[in-house]
Amino acid sequence: MLKFVGKRLLMMIPVLLGISFVLFAIVEFTPGDPAQLILGEGATREEIEELREEMGLNDNFFVRYVRYVVDAVQGNFGTSYRTGKSVVDEVLPRFPVTLRLAFFGIAGAVIIGIPIGIISAVKQYSKLDMVCTITALTLTSIPTFWLGLMLMLLFALKLGWLPATNVENWTGYILPCVTLTAGTMAMILRMTRSTMLETIRQDYIRTARAKGASTRRIVFKHALRNALLPVITYVGMTFGIQLGGTVIIESVFSVPGMGSLMITSIRMKDSPVLMASVLLAAFCAGLVNLFVDILYSYIDPRIKSQYVKG
Amino acid sequence: MDEVVIKKSNPWLTIWHRYRKNRLAMFGLILLIALILVALFAGVFLDYEQDVVHQDIIHKLQWPSAEHPFGTDKYGRDIMARVIWGARISLSVGFITVFLALFIGAIIGAVAGFYGGKVDNILMRIMDVFLAMPSTMLAIAVVSALGTDMINLLIALAIARIPQFARIVRSAILSVKGMDFVEAARSYGAKDKLIIFKHIIPNAIGPIIVQTTTNLANTILGVAGLSFIGLGIQPPTPEWGSMLSEAKEHMRYYPYLMISPGIAIILAVLAFNLIGDGLRDALDPRLKN
Amino acid sequence: MEKKKLLEIRNLHVQYKTDEAIVHAVNGVDLCVDEGETLGLVGETGAGKTTTALTIMGLLPERVGQVTEGELYLNGVDVIHAPEGQLKMMRGATASMIFQDPMTSLNPVIPVGDQILEVLELHKKDKMSHSEMEARVDQILEMVGIPAARKTEYPHQFSGGMKQRVVIAIALACEPLLLLADEPTTALDVTIQAQVLEMMRTLKKELNTAMVLITHDLGVVARICDRVGIMYAGEVVEIGTVEDIYTGEKHHPYTTGLFGAIPDLTKKTRRLNPIDGLMPDPTRLPSGCKFHDRCPHCMEICKTAPPQDITEGSHTIKCHLYDKEVQK
Repeated sequence: MLKFVGKRLLMMIPVLLGISFVLFAIVEFTPGDPAQLILGEGATREEIEELREEMGLNDNFFVRYVRYVVDAVQGNFGTSYRTGKSVVDEVLPRFPVTLRLAFFGIAGAVIIGIPIGIISAVKQYSKLDMVCTITALTLTSIPTFWLGLMLMLLFALKLGWLPATNVENWTGYILPCVTLTAGTMAMILRMTRSTMLETIRQDYIRTARAKGASTRRIVFKHALRNALLPVITYVGMTFGIQLGGTVIIESVFSVPGMGSLMITSIRMKDSPVLMASVLLAAFCAGLVNLFVDILYSYIDPRIKSQYVKG
Repeated sequence: MDEVVIKKSNPWLTIWHRYRKNRLAMFGLILLIALILVALFAGVFLDYEQDVVHQDIIHKLQWPSAEHPFGTDKYGRDIMARVIWGARISLSVGFITVFLALFIGAIIGAVAGFYGGKVDNILMRIMDVFLAMPSTMLAIAVVSALGTDMINLLIALAIARIPQFARIVRSAILSVKGMDFVEAARSYGAKDKLIIFKHIIPNAIGPIIVQTTTNLANTILGVAGLSFIGLGIQPPTPEWGSMLSEAKEHMRYYPYLMISPGIAIILAVLAFNLIGDGLRDALDPRLKN
Repeated sequence: MEKKKLLEIRNLHVQYKTDEAIVHAVNGVDLCVDEGETLGLVGETGAGKTTTALTIMGLLPERVGQVTEGELYLNGVDVIHAPEGQLKMMRGATASMIFQDPMTSLNPVIPVGDQILEVLELHKKDKMSHSEMEARVDQILEMVGIPAARKTEYPHQFSGGMKQRVVIAIALACEPLLLLADEPTTALDVTIQAQVLEMMRTLKKELNTAMVLITHDLGVVARICDRVGIMYAGEVVEIGTVEDIYTGEKHHPYTTGLFGAIPDLTKKTRRLNPIDGLMPDPTRLPSGCKFHDRCPHCMEICKTAPPQDITEGSHTIKCHLYDKEVQK
């Protein structure tokens, strides 16, 4: 198992390299001169040229890319063009905010989505199933920013129960988390329902029924573990992506998280910060996926034996 | 149920019969047709310059009335006219983006699946890199690099969707490639082209259609989202997301500004989601019974 | 000594209602099985054999599969009208079923020993302690030829034949009165088939279990069964002892077709011979005798009137050819 984890961690390296390369290339195409950006509008041409030389911006694209990678491996991600602070100092305080948002958003979605999805599948064609299916479908069709604004309008602006934008204390997290939960919950519900429907049609479920097992037992002992495998993958992937910042929700609720940091750095051409935050996001997504795979192997013995062999 | 013998008939007709029985899916189809008609004929009833972007500050921020069923915005423009015109924008951006992604993705996936080996490996690893980046993030980065205009937005949104189609087409090809009837076709000397068009495409078309509809839904959401944060379609073009962005600052006292563009997005996305679900059930009816 | 009837099916009709059509899977089946007896059910795919077995277990697909007519008594229990709770007690204890494909019949995420243990936990909780149940799992595994030590392994660690042994162990763990085996060896290699069948025969004798064996293989039927039923388009067209079917003189034309000639135990007719034509579409069954458009002896009456059961001793044939009224 340890060997497997090590191998998986190694496999993340090419992906991270690939992502950093693509981003580096995109930044290269982005109009705007970092030296100009740092020095401001009033700088003379000589000053800019001097700084460019000092920063190594006149070097060939590949030279600069390799230099970036070498520095990054040593933990040096450069300094922000926008604030002049070290990139690490810019990014790290943002991360816990996004982590909290993503965690509670997903946790809510899992806690609500999976049980309802199961009930919906077991009671297929019932009124309840119909209501759940339509609700979930509608929720996935609502743009998150609109839902967020509507919730804000109702609970913050009209009723005044919750703050609209402030995440200084936990009440500020409620609206963004609920917004995030709604969409993810709907996806998880739909997925749980369909994998559950597929699982309860498997032959081994018929075997279990032929043994005289009750519906409850069949659902919880025989179907659930098999049905949840794809759902776990989905949850892991979504969590991974949301760790990278929930750009639109953070923008709606003015949450100072990774997403809004990325947007700011894109707008201000602050490429060191952008690169670092996307790489951190991708790294986290990779870690979450690895964790999911390990979890998987405890649920599905077929996968475990693959790892032991490999 | 393996004892049940199914009648042989035109498979597309059978799928359509199954689809037609699904009331939700039919609702989605009718909704979509209505939206497409609205988009197509918007130009007949409305004059873009006069009705959609012309500012009329005197009549700004009017609550819905007989004259302006959805009210007017902060520049005095009729929101209904803008929402109707918005259908044009969203649907065309959606369709173009998804078909662009489908086209490129299908080629990449087909090449990878058909030739296998190293080609497959390299192409798919590149796709993995793109998949590892959140699609909104990727689109934002591309738009900021290329600049915010319609074409760049299309490219940005399409890039994020290419890997999904490449994967589907590739796996469809791989699953069909090993099947007996393809081997048989090979053995009696069928050309690659014939195999692709006669055997592989008909077999891969189901998942592709489903993925396309789901992607259309997601793309419409994506365009609205990007426009909302100011990186998509720019005002005064009446895109639903940018309308909401403009409306946001007044939402406290003029909440009606938020309603109609929001509902329009939901209806369009819902239409595609319903159709996608209906198609999935019609193409693969195992879970129905 | 009069043998006790374990299973009695009278005039059973089963339909599958799908979105597209109504499938008439079973159309008036009459069967009975005595205690300890083995009945073979033979017929082409789609003849309604599996549906009949699922009905006996009360396991027809919900919503879709419906018994529309008929009676079915298993060990005195009215299976068609019994409440689900009573059926649960019956399944696995009074009657067990072995399904066709061992590869998919076992839950991939549960060790095989636990899957056997489960059926004991469900039915023997009052009679056995946990350690007794564990011991029983070991014992039954050894009985089907699997070392008890392997009970902690998962299904994917077993071969197809071994998996089917596990399935059989599950089915026999509670020593049921009736075992329904739906083509238990079709999915297995030929060499394994013989082993598994031999084992089933021995176990059946040891435990004095009655069995309904669904199969395509006439050779298997001759070796294992006491009586044989031939099914066609949801009906039992001929039923009798192995001798009646293999050495008797009168046969349903379909049976004759199945054997390719007059069936003969001495000739090695092991596989079904193809008969001209196809099974009728179960959504649109023909009028009269359902076999009439394939029958070489088809008469006018066969096209309109369904034939009655004609019984001589232990041998029953559903055919106008042997109906004295018709022959007059």
